[in-house]
Amino acid sequence: MKKTLKRSNAPIFWALFGAGGMLSALLGPILVFITGLAVPLGMLLPADTMSYANMLTFAQNIIGKGFIFAIISLFLWHAAHRIFHSLHDVGIHAGIVAKLIFYGGAMVGTLITAYTLLAIGF
Amino acid sequence: MSENQRIIEIEVLRYNPETDKEPSRQVFEVPFTDDMSVLQGVQYIKDYLDGSLSFRWSCRMAICGSCGMMINGEPSLSCETFLRDYYPARVRVEALAHFPIEKDLVINMEGFIEKLESIQPYIIPKEERTLAQGEYLQTPAQLASYEQFSSCINCMLCYAACPQFGLNAEFIGPAAMALLHRYNIDSRDAGKAERMELVNSEEGVFNCTAVGYCSEVCPKHVDPANAVNQNKTNSAADYFLRFLTPKGGAK
Amino acid sequence: MNKRRPYVRPMAGWWRKNPFFVEYMIHEGTALFVAAYALILLTGLVYLSRGEAAWNVWLEGLKNPWYIAFHWLTLAAMCYHTYTWFKIMPRTMPPVIVGGKRLPDFAITGSGLAVAATASLAMLGLVWGMAR
Repeated sequence: MKKTLKRSNAPIFWALFGAGGMLSALLGPILVFITGLAVPLGMLLPADTMSYANMLTFAQNIIGKGFIFAIISLFLWHAAHRIFHSLHDVGIHAGIVAKLIFYGGAMVGTLITAYTLLAIGF
Repeated sequence: MSENQRIIEIEVLRYNPETDKEPSRQVFEVPFTDDMSVLQGVQYIKDYLDGSLSFRWSCRMAICGSCGMMINGEPSLSCETFLRDYYPARVRVEALAHFPIEKDLVINMEGFIEKLESIQPYIIPKEERTLAQGEYLQTPAQLASYEQFSSCINCMLCYAACPQFGLNAEFIGPAAMALLHRYNIDSRDAGKAERMELVNSEEGVFNCTAVGYCSEVCPKHVDPANAVNQNKTNSAADYFLRFLTPKGGAK
Repeated sequence: MNKRRPYVRPMAGWWRKNPFFVEYMIHEGTALFVAAYALILLTGLVYLSRGEAAWNVWLEGLKNPWYIAFHWLTLAAMCYHTYTWFKIMPRTMPPVIVGGKRLPDFAITGSGLAVAATASLAMLGLVWGMAR
C-alpha cells in the first residue's frame, strides 16, 4: 500500500522565506521608520542622512552592497512565499501559475537589485 | 434529577447519507445539571428525544479520544466540555471539521488511520535484541525528550483545527507528524531515514503554514505544531546537506 | 448497494469562522507591506544608480503625504510582523533546556523581541553615526 513519495522542493523557498522573515522581524520596523518617516519628515536624524553623496558611498561599499541586496531580495522572497500560501488559503489554488508569478517576481526583483548594485560600481 | 435543573438548547448538525443531500441543523431542548458534559447532553438527545442521532464516544474521561466534535466552532472533546459554560446561550455541535461526515457527528477517519500506519509508529531498532539480551535501555533524560509527543490519544482535534489539512487532505497532518517525531527522536529507534522520506515529500511538513491552532486545541498538550515545524528544519537540512554527505537521507 | 455517502464540507470562508484564523490571516497579510516596502527600496536603488538628480526626485517623493501615511501603516504592519514572528518562534524550534528545565515560551518570545529591539537601536545609532 506504500505510495511512491515525491520529494518536495519547498525547502528552498521555505529557507528564503525564513531568512527574510527573520531579517524583516529584526530590522523591518526600524528601516521603515528611518527611510519612510524620520528622513522625509526631518525627525531625529540629520537632514542629509540620505543625501545622494551619503547613499552613493553606502551603495558603493561592499558591506553596504551586501546589506542592500540582503534586505531587498530576502524581503521579496519572504513576502512572495507568504502571499503565495495566502492565495491557497483563500481558495485560489493557481498552482504552477501562481508559483511562477510570485517566486518568479521575487527572482526578477533579486536580479534587478544585483544588477543595479553592480551598475553603481565600487 | 436535581432542583437546579435547567433547559439548554443544543443545535446539532444532522446528516443522513440515505435521505439527505446535505447536512442541516436541528435544535433540541435538553434539561441539564451543572455536572453534565456536552457528551451527556448529546446522549440525552439519543436516549430521550431522537434515537437516530449518531455519534462516537467511549471512556467519558478524556483519554480514549473518541468523542471529538466541533463545539461552537472549536474542536473539543465533548466529554470534557460542559453545558453550564454555554448556558443560557445555545450550544452548537457539529462533526469534526475537515473530515467527511459519515452520519451526523460521525466522521470518516480512514485517511487518518492510513497516515498513522504510514509513519511506522513503532520502534525500529538498529539491531534486534534477543530476550536473553534484555530490554532496550533508556535514561530519564532520553525519555523526557520525546515523552510529550507520545501523549497523543488520536482524537483528531488537531486535524479539525488545521486549515491546511482541510485544504489538502493529502497533508500528513499534525498528530501523525507528532507521532513520527516521537519515534524519530527516541534513543532506541533507528528508523529516522525511512520516516524522513515522508517528512520530505509533497505530502510532508511543508504543507504547514504555522497556523498553530492544532497545538491550541490539543487536549493532551502534545504541541503537534512544534513537531511539524522542527521537522521543517530537519527536512531542509536533509534537502541541502544531501549534496555534501555521501549517503545522507536522500533518495 | 453501498449506502455510505460521506459528505465533505466546503472550505470557503474558513478563516472567518474562528478568531484564531482571523489573526492568522492578518499576520500573513503583513507580507503585502513587506513586499511593498521592498519595492519602494528597489525603486530608490534604481533612482540612485541614475545619478543625483534622479535620486533627489525619489527622495522628494517620499515627502508626499500619501507616502508618509503609507509608511506609518507599513511601520504598524512591520511591528505586528515582528511581534507575531517571535510569538510563533517557540513552536518552530527544538526545546531550549536551561538548568535541566525547558525554557518557557514567553522567555523565547521575549528574547526574540529583545534582540529585535537591540538590533533596531543599534541600526538607528549606526545610521545616525554614519550621517553625522
